[in-house]
Amino acid sequence: MGTKSSVFDMIGPVMIGPSSSHTAGVVRIARAAIKVLGGIPEEAVITFYNSFARTYEGHGSDLAILGGLLDLKTDDSNIKKSFELAKEKGLKYTFKSIGNASVYHPNTIKLNLTKNGRKIEVIGESLGGGIINIAEVDGFHANFSAQSHTLILKAQDISGAIAFISSVIAQEKANIATMSVSRKGKNDIACHVIEMDSGIQPITIEYLRSLPWVKELIYIPDIDL
Amino acid sequence: MSYLFESFTGWKAYCENNDKKIFQTVIEYETAQKGKSEEVIWSNLQKAYTVMKDAVDTGLKEDMTSRSGMINNGAKKVYNHPKSVLSPEFQKLISRALAAKEVNSCMGRVVAAPTAGASGILPGTLYTLQEIHQLSDGKILEGLLVGAGIALIIEQKASLAGAVGGCQAETGSAAAMAAGAIVYCLDGNIDQIFNAVAITIQCMLGLVCDPVAGLVEIPCVVRNASAAAIANSSAQIALANVSAVIPVDECVEAMGEIGANMETKYKETALGGLAATLTGQEISKKVLIQDIEILPDEDLPE
Ligand code: SF4
Repeated sequence: MGTKSSVFDMIGPVMIGPSSSHTAGVVRIARAAIKVLGGIPEEAVITFYNSFARTYEGHGSDLAILGGLLDLKTDDSNIKKSFELAKEKGLKYTFKSIGNASVYHPNTIKLNLTKNGRKIEVIGESLGGGIINIAEVDGFHANFSAQSHTLILKAQDISGAIAFISSVIAQEKANIATMSVSRKGKNDIACHVIEMDSGIQPITIEYLRSLPWVKELIYIPDIDL
Repeated sequence: MSYLFESFTGWKAYCENNDKKIFQTVIEYETAQKGKSEEVIWSNLQKAYTVMKDAVDTGLKEDMTSRSGMINNGAKKVYNHPKSVLSPEFQKLISRALAAKEVNSCMGRVVAAPTAGASGILPGTLYTLQEIHQLSDGKILEGLLVGAGIALIIEQKASLAGAVGGCQAETGSAAAMAAGAIVYCLDGNIDQIFNAVAITIQCMLGLVCDPVAGLVEIPCVVRNASAAAIANSSAQIALANVSAVIPVDECVEAMGEIGANMETKYKETALGGLAATLTGQEISKKVLIQDIEILPDEDLPE
């Protein structure tokens, strides 16, 4: 995001009420998560933390999260009907509330999603004004805003990986906005999260995916499209 | 160009030195900052105004009951009431501001202008202004640009968020945007427009954010109606060149100062004001989820 606001931050965004952090931000967390999963889940366990734990019903965040999981956009009036839509689409869901996870941001949601045997866990924070931070993906620190284009790459922790990945992206003339690496446990897997100002071609994604040391690659284009 | 939306004095000087209409400078800003073409800007504005008008119509037509039950088709009741307090126009203004805001509380589609909590004020005022004065959509869109410029400065000098500056920052800023837009649309000059902003801010200063149960319903919905009324009274005063005396930039600074010193319990935390009343707390117990798991310490995520 640029430092200066846009006219359409003042007259906008167009959104589903009641509040940007309880609806728009929540829809966007779910939209980022289904990009990580690769589609609409068959099953979802949704945990609301802290301030969200008490208020999610009153603010309709339960409808918003289901709407996002069903690939509805932040301004889709059908969000109101998410319970019915989930039934139609065969999405099974469970809600949980946890009140005292003080290590998390006040408005945090954890999503455990399943589709075709694939299971993922995404933790997202709604920061206000519809802005989000995806804090964790499958236990790795991720910390991306999903505002632009994001690459999540799980790979063997080899030396030179970072330089190599950056040079491949540089070939595409995509500007890297942020890049971070996190490691989990002792299994020698590093998770690279790269936010880029513009998208990259499918062929580049396939190339990165084909590298023997790359275990998994998730590409998250603009989640609002 | 970047100084343009840091103060009202700077904005006025820029318009005069470059012989530009006030709304043109906002387009120029958006093009310079965000690289958007003029065409895209107009079409986005038209889209926003259409959503605003739809929200008014939806709120007056469809069922508007919030999940908490606190919002329950109030706009329709006001619109259809046989007795007008001032005039049928005033009755429409109030019911339209309520209507668009009720749509927001009931999970319908709105334009956050500047925020979701204040999303009834510009729709209510502009819809009614357009009807009374038979204005073109084009004129209203220019008014929206003027409103956006006003909000850009308030954002810089104070805040637009209830959690930062209290309700004066949300409904107060929206009222200021609306007042400026009204005066612009009625062919007021730049001094009159900014004077309307100054007067509106003077009327809205100090308003705390104290939503019952933390939901954007009580008092938010009625405050959208009162803010719409204040925008109109300020515009009426400003058009007659009755001065706010304290210049607009200083009024906005006062708003920032009050916001900075406001206690946290009055900033969207639902710990003070109406939220802390006996009834407010009872409602909160009823609508908030009580069945919350509390993790034993060792299970807390690291
Ligand atoms: S009381 Fe608070 S939540 Fe309600 S409109 Fe005002 S600032 Fe927004």
